[in-house]
Amino acid sequence: MGSLGSGHAAQFHVLAVDDSILERKLIERLLKISSFQVTAVDSGIKALQFLGLQDSTYQFHQEVEVNLIITDYCMPGMTGFDLLRKIKESTSLKDIPVVIMSSENVPSRINRCLEEGAEEFILKPVQLSDVNKLKPHLLRKRAEEQLSMSNKRKTMKECNSEELTNS
Amino acid sequence: MPASNADTDVEIMNSFTQPSLNSCHISSAMERNQLHRQLANMRKSLFDQGFLDEQFIQLEELQDDANPNFVEEVVTLYYRDSTRLILNIEQALDKSPLDLTKLDSLMHQFKGSSSSIGAKKVKLECTQFKEYCKAANGEGCKRTFLQVKKEYGTLKKKLEAYFQMARQVGPVETACRPK
Repeated sequence: MGSLGSGHAAQFHVLAVDDSILERKLIERLLKISSFQVTAVDSGIKALQFLGLQDSTYQFHQEVEVNLIITDYCMPGMTGFDLLRKIKESTSLKDIPVVIMSSENVPSRINRCLEEGAEEFILKPVQLSDVNKLKPHLLRKRAEEQLSMSNKRKTMKECNSEELTNS
Repeated sequence: MPASNADTDVEIMNSFTQPSLNSCHISSAMERNQLHRQLANMRKSLFDQGFLDEQFIQLEELQDDANPNFVEEVVTLYYRDSTRLILNIEQALDKSPLDLTKLDSLMHQFKGSSSSIGAKKVKLECTQFKEYCKAANGEGCKRTFLQVKKEYGTLKKKLEAYFQMARQVGPVETACRPK
């Protein structure tokens, strides 16, 4: 594992979506073993409520930061694909990586999901090796975000010092 | 994992030197080894006879001291799920005409959870059922469903016996060790 510069090892928070209680238990365990913080919900609607995109009886006043969403494809009502689309259409959530899980290896389905913006498509049953592949994505993303933030600060400093010299 | 031979020898030695405190040690150490072997054999035959596949091992690898009953918990959820799905499929098979989409969807769920615990033979029958659904072969579905139920019943019995044995064998560090 390479060092990440100044980054403190804050856990990544994953939102897992699956209508099967057995699958939720499995994915939760896989994620926790890989040191992810996990919230598991049983539907796309509940996922959107948790993410603050939908009115619900629960008022989430605090910022809930989700670093990754992993969702089953085949769910009653809102499918994983529908959920993916809603997330990518949202200005506030579109940058959150979404991973789709499915027990069926259907190339057209896989392509559709990837084209809609899914980060990865994982075949069920999900294994530890699949979950291990997710961390590098998240670490890289976090490194990029930190780099872009520190670049912004640098640019602002330069602007400010220029103003001082010119005034 | 069974205790090493060295550990067993030490225990037997100790029981000779302190008979009054450790009189239970010879028989319990031997019994424990025997039970461990029986458990290992049960497990091996579940794989050799094709009831379980590699996915079950994946579940075992998710078990640790902090989550010592993970596999059994998952399997218990599987029984619950399966009972509900089997009932629903049975009811759907009783209807006329058959709603093949609904049947396929129900069986898809059952196949999914069977696959997640490594239930190899059950999964095979589920796949066959889905093929008959796709081919709109109602009689084939009904016939295959009998096989699905049979394989599920057999697996459930074997797993229940396996976990019961595992509980008897208990954790490796038992209370009977000399302090």
